[in-house]
Amino acid sequence: MNIFDRMVALDRRWVFLFLFVVVALAYFFRSQFSVGVVTTGEVESIYNFIENAQPGEKILVSFDYDPSSLAELHPMSRAIMLHCFRKGVKVVTVTLSQYGAGMVEEITREVSAEASELYGREIVYGEDYCFIGYRPYPAFVILGMGENFRVFFPRDYYDTPLDEIPIMHRVRNYDDLKGVIAITSGTTSDMWIIYGNARYNMPLSLGVTGVMATDYYPYLGNALFGLIGGWKGAAEYEKLVKQEADANEGMPAQVVAHLTIVLFIVIGNLGYLMTERKKKITV
Amino acid sequence: MEDSMTVELLWTTLAALLTVATFSFLYKDNPFYKFAEHLVVGVGAGYFAVLLVMNSLKPTLIDRVIIGQWWYLIPGILGAMMWFRFSKKLAWLSRFPIAFYIGTSGVAIPLYMYNSVNRQLSATLDLTPGFGSLTEFWNIIIVIGVLTGLMYFFFSKEHKGAFGGAAKFGIWILMLGFGSSFGYTVMARVSLFVQRIAFLEEWYFMVKNYFV
Repeated sequence: MNIFDRMVALDRRWVFLFLFVVVALAYFFRSQFSVGVVTTGEVESIYNFIENAQPGEKILVSFDYDPSSLAELHPMSRAIMLHCFRKGVKVVTVTLSQYGAGMVEEITREVSAEASELYGREIVYGEDYCFIGYRPYPAFVILGMGENFRVFFPRDYYDTPLDEIPIMHRVRNYDDLKGVIAITSGTTSDMWIIYGNARYNMPLSLGVTGVMATDYYPYLGNALFGLIGGWKGAAEYEKLVKQEADANEGMPAQVVAHLTIVLFIVIGNLGYLMTERKKKITV
Repeated sequence: MEDSMTVELLWTTLAALLTVATFSFLYKDNPFYKFAEHLVVGVGAGYFAVLLVMNSLKPTLIDRVIIGQWWYLIPGILGAMMWFRFSKKLAWLSRFPIAFYIGTSGVAIPLYMYNSVNRQLSATLDLTPGFGSLTEFWNIIIVIGVLTGLMYFFFSKEHKGAFGGAAKFGIWILMLGFGSSFGYTVMARVSLFVQRIAFLEEWYFMVKNYFV
């Protein structure tokens, strides 16, 4: 068995082990090297949307993901919320994911505490942000919120009537908001495009997982005004708001992982081509 | 204080062990992985059941019926009729709520046509006149890419000559699309992996700080 036969017959567990070691090392030594993150137009347009909002204007942020996508989507959620709090933009949050409620409660609490410390003013629940909770069947909930938030959410997550929450005063439906940013990890993003944007024509942008990102690029410029795709998009947003954290810290590991995978693809193809060539010569 | 730290350490250690048990599948299937997998499914199902009752059934049905809004019983009864699926004799009753559900989904058809077909078509053919801008260059590439990509799937004519060349260009465009999707997928999977590594690192320091 020559080297090319060995390349083709390599047990995939060696690939896993190698990838595990290099990614772990790249993460542990992340402070030793940095990766330049270049911002893109689709992420900048979301940044500009919030940057150009007047203090007191309201946006809806929908956290439509569950803990299995937390690693990818939490960094962008955090960066967007910090940006809103810095600009004084009020944030109405909701989740259309069945496992999302506890997670949203946690992130809104953590980010509001972080923003209070960063920007030197207390971020208050009910005045700067609120969490209206979870309801099943996203399509119907999106349509319902387009008529009146109180149809599906007569009370917020903490059982307070919506009319008693200052941020929800004079907020009936999407018309009373500056726009919607949906951070999603599944088909809910399609529902926001179909039921939300097409029916109510509100400004909509998405934050999606890396796997989904390419599917939503075609909607940019018509149904969507912006798109944040996976960790790279989150790293861009963190850079724009000058709050570099998890996504930027993970970029060195991303680069090393991609290079490792490219290396194994080259090795696999080279081995395949050479063994095929040997077979032809033998025949 | 000491007690709460111990409890937190125990829970985090359990999560760390479950993370390692999940990773062990990469070597081969084993009882530790199976335990972790079944635990996730069981906890998830239980959590969702409670959430559904407390966040949906209670506020939108039970609470409303209690205050006299009895008409909310109608969708409640329709929903309950879904359970007749489990009876061979009465399964036909479940067709009513299913028909209602499918019927209401019809609202999506014109909206889907508008945003996913009509607006996509007009955006694809957005050939704004003028030269010198990179956007216009990419607009032309999009039009050519879409047309040649479609040509590849046209099998009523043999892929030869100019048509064959265009179809070949189309397959290259498709490959570029698949490649970028694959790159993003790798990024997504590595993100999840790095987050777990970060968690294990956090756990390690937690254990160290507790005992040192």
